Amino acid sequence: MTAIEARGLRKTFGSTIALDSIDLRVEEGRILGIIGPNGAGKTTALNAILGLTSYEGELTVLGRNPWTERDLLMRDVSFIADVAVLPRWMRVSQILDYVSGVHPRFRRAKAEAFLTKTTIKRSSKIRELSKGMVTQLHLALVMAIDAKLLVLDEPTLGLDLLYRKQFYDSLLNDYFDRTRTIVVTTHQVEEIQDVLTDLMFIDRGRIALTCSMEEFESRYLEVMVLPEHVAAARALGPLHERQVLGRSILLFDHADRQQLAALGDVRTPGIADLFVAVMGNQPGEIR
Amino acid sequence: MSEQSSVVPEFAAASPAAVQAPRPMYWSVRRELWENRSIYVAPLLVAAVVMFGFVISTIGMPQRRRATVLLPPAQQHTTIAMPFDIAAAMLVVTAFVIGVFYCLDALQGERRERSILFWKSLPVSDRTTVLAKTSIPLLALPAFTFVIIVLTQWFMLLWSTAVLLPSGLAGSTWIHFHWFTQSLLVFYCLIVLVLWHAPIYALLLLISSWARRGAYLWAVLPPLAIAAVEKIVFNTAYFGSFLKYRLIGGIGEAFVFKAPHGTDSLSRLTPLNFLSTPGLWIGLILAAIFITAAVRLRRDREPV
Repeated sequence: MTAIEARGLRKTFGSTIALDSIDLRVEEGRILGIIGPNGAGKTTALNAILGLTSYEGELTVLGRNPWTERDLLMRDVSFIADVAVLPRWMRVSQILDYVSGVHPRFRRAKAEAFLTKTTIKRSSKIRELSKGMVTQLHLALVMAIDAKLLVLDEPTLGLDLLYRKQFYDSLLNDYFDRTRTIVVTTHQVEEIQDVLTDLMFIDRGRIALTCSMEEFESRYLEVMVLPEHVAAARALGPLHERQVLGRSILLFDHADRQQLAALGDVRTPGIADLFVAVMGNQPGEIR
Repeated sequence: MSEQSSVVPEFAAASPAAVQAPRPMYWSVRRELWENRSIYVAPLLVAAVVMFGFVISTIGMPQRRRATVLLPPAQQHTTIAMPFDIAAAMLVVTAFVIGVFYCLDALQGERRERSILFWKSLPVSDRTTVLAKTSIPLLALPAFTFVIIVLTQWFMLLWSTAVLLPSGLAGSTWIHFHWFTQSLLVFYCLIVLVLWHAPIYALLLLISSWARRGAYLWAVLPPLAIAAVEKIVFNTAYFGSFLKYRLIGGIGEAFVFKAPHGTDSLSRLTPLNFLSTPGLWIGLILAAIFITAAVRLRRDREPV
């Protein structure tokens, strides 16, 4: 089943084109990472999927039109837009009461079980919690919702390394069960490399690259070339070349592994390196 | 968090059904009351101040009451019932002020603190949210104000009875202040005001959902500017009198004051006249339009 299907998805803000006729298809059970520079249109795309913004073109999420049926869609979709969006005046117990009261698929016991493993007190107001605790609370709420689609927009922004690691561990171990679909955007690309099943690069409102992680691993190879083989390696037409500690690292698309192995150490590149290779050839801010 | 993996079996066991039916409207209203405690704290404070002031004013009351009961009945009535009317009026005005400030912040505050993204991540429609917020000034505040007024007046009645009992004048308060009639009057007055002020609250909610910032300025400055321009250009004050009519005109349509009735006499009520006032119905239609617009606006609104 298809979780998200977009055809000609387009969004403009005045003369700025945030999304330039994107075609997108995410099957159920996939974990898609959307990677792109700031202002590439990632958040706009997610907002359209979540019914938070209007758009041109066709978009279906879990068989619904997100713009006109947001409230119905949200029974099956949960999202963390940003770490700081929980209402600061609310108490932890109140937020549990409220979500239990309005959400048909929220399992309060599950959220409570999750919270007992943290130091978060039920009587605390959210403004009294640390940033990490707020994220844990939000996570406890979201993970207790039996959703079909989870959307995470920079979920670990502003969190320290420890929390970021825990976040993705929880996501994979406690939440993901192969029938759910997860869409995540982040600048911390290296953290999600092992989590993703699919990858999408987006730049200036267009999709720059889209592939599954299996495809990614078979398609892209990185060789740390011995100095004497650099010229031979360059002759094979690498996508990108960079220097690390005086050694040349060349990134190839659709190259023969055997052939490359003769030139140096071959490995699967990191998403960040591929990102630089694909996006670095174009002007624009890269992070 | 290191033990989180132990949650997995619980999760697998969770059945997908058997959860109580969601009640978005009920919880949305409760949410508003949690967030805006001034809705009940402020009237309670004002009631406390009123009661305290009344207690102070009862010092020396027996002597003054002896003089009062010698006055003609109409004057007696005015003098004795006045504190009760003032208490009710203060609480009614308090409710209006709270309603105005509540409405101006209701749809802007959630964007300012970005929590709108959290609210929108839940299966609650924009219509439910806006209607829940509308119900605060139109239902919750008047209902609460009614209870507070009745309780305050009861307190005043019992206190003055206790103070006057030794002098044997306690009955004079009961003769001139009929608490049941008075409660009916307050109830009627609150309904009249809510219906009359509905377009004001609705407009403020619309401003709150529309303005990126400074909802208070958007609510206050344009009317002032219109009145000023009208005064300068035409040297008239129609807009000012229009505003005045919208603020307090409902009372004039719903009560008669000139006739020589007793203050708490129900014969002062003119509900039919009120219901046949075009201003009432035009206002209610405008309120519905403003609320509909606020619902549409909230759908497209992002954090500010």
